Amino acid sequence: MSSLITKVRQKQIIALIEKGQRLDGRGLTDFREIKIEQGIIEKAEGSARVLLGKTEILVGTKVETGEPFPDTPNDGVMTVNAELVPLAAANFEPGPPDENSIELARIVDRGIRESKAVDSEKLCIESGKKVFVVFVDVYVLNHDGNLIDASALAAVAALINTKMPNYELKDGEVKIKQGYNQLPLRTQPITVTIVKIGNNLVVDPSVEEEQVIEARISIAINTEGNICAVQKGGSGYFTPQQILEASKIAQQKVADLRKILTW
Amino acid sequence: MTDKQEKLIDKKGIRGDGRKADELRSLKLEVGVLPNADGSAYIEHGKNKILVGVFGPREVHPKHLSKPDRMVIKCRYHMAPFSVPERKSPAPSRREVELSKVIRESLEPALFPELYPRTGIDVYVEVLQADGGTRCASITAAALAIADSGIPMRDLVVACAAGKVEDTVVLDLYDAEDKLGSADVPVAYMPNLNAVTLLQMDGILTPAELEQAVNMAMDGCKKIYAMQKEALKTKYMNLKDETKEEEESVE
Repeated sequence: MSSLITKVRQKQIIALIEKGQRLDGRGLTDFREIKIEQGIIEKAEGSARVLLGKTEILVGTKVETGEPFPDTPNDGVMTVNAELVPLAAANFEPGPPDENSIELARIVDRGIRESKAVDSEKLCIESGKKVFVVFVDVYVLNHDGNLIDASALAAVAALINTKMPNYELKDGEVKIKQGYNQLPLRTQPITVTIVKIGNNLVVDPSVEEEQVIEARISIAINTEGNICAVQKGGSGYFTPQQILEASKIAQQKVADLRKILTW
Repeated sequence: MTDKQEKLIDKKGIRGDGRKADELRSLKLEVGVLPNADGSAYIEHGKNKILVGVFGPREVHPKHLSKPDRMVIKCRYHMAPFSVPERKSPAPSRREVELSKVIRESLEPALFPELYPRTGIDVYVEVLQADGGTRCASITAAALAIADSGIPMRDLVVACAAGKVEDTVVLDLYDAEDKLGSADVPVAYMPNLNAVTLLQMDGILTPAELEQAVNMAMDGCKKIYAMQKEALKTKYMNLKDETKEEEESVE
């Protein structure tokens, strides 16, 4: 799209939002249609695909055995990585992760880690020597805005879907047996991002709307309704009142998303 | 070390380092400390020791990154290998990449990038010693360094964290509280504009506790803001004294 058309379009988006309207007919705090599918990658221990409008995220989890960190000998390990796959958008390029994919991975990671969603003590095989390592890989397959909320939702859906291998310990060796157990989860964190366009708070921006946002705030909330992670982004600011309002919007929207996740 | 973890807060509400719940660590701010940088600042915030240098507005490298209508702002947050108990590899970690981004985004709202088209500024943050709250101390010092370089700003940006330690909301967490406490909420703020330019949180808080923590952090920011302005003034008072001495020696 030429930059002239983009500029006209941007003005149109801002003007519409001033009136409480959006290009695709949604209200300011409406999400696009969400579809969640689980268990679509057979070779992964867990997987989920989330469609948020045209944004498409695939998350696969792998469970392997490895060593625990020296300071937490009884805890399993979880890591989150995010790939902005070059086929997902014209401006995504191959190469090592840039700051956007690192920030995305770390926001998704923080929601899961800080809510203590994965019961890491149950991932311990032999204290200080062997634990299960859960790799959560976020794959962005199509970028149409709001990658954070879609990725966080897909990651939790994939963790819910994750099976742990059955094992027995013989002379310090881990032997994988037949059958699987569910990955032990304590809570299900869900993240909602609120963006500021003009002086309005808007939810679930499309990729076009993301071009005109001044700032965003992502809030992760656990099953009990407590806040477990927050991240502000973007080169603008929020007033303290807007942060409180965003926190309220997040509570409502997380409740809506939770219904879709657990249906 | 005893088997039992020492309490982070005692019965009288005094914290491990002797502070009250809403007390800041000691701060030292200095402006204009690097001769080669266009602007610079040094901060000691508790045991954190951080040096910030600003270069520019200058030509952008590589050139294709420059913008025809505005200045680009680059920021690198980096920790020295000796800044933490276990040597940190000098290669940038994922944490450092993320912090570079959020620090940059906390400073941008204070600037007028449209005033300097086709140029860029580089904000280099070097953490020489870390003791919890380095991103906040970095922002406080970076805003001073930018002001020192003479680039116009809407307001100084000042940052401070609050958090939750043993069921108490406390101000300005140090390393042990950050690691053992139950939540950490760094906030960057422009007091004159009542604008929050950085907000992160990890841990678990109720919505009411988050509100309390943000308010406490903003109050801390306002106290540091006064010290920031004092540090800028001190630099120019010193300059005035120096020029006076020179004039006198010429006579």
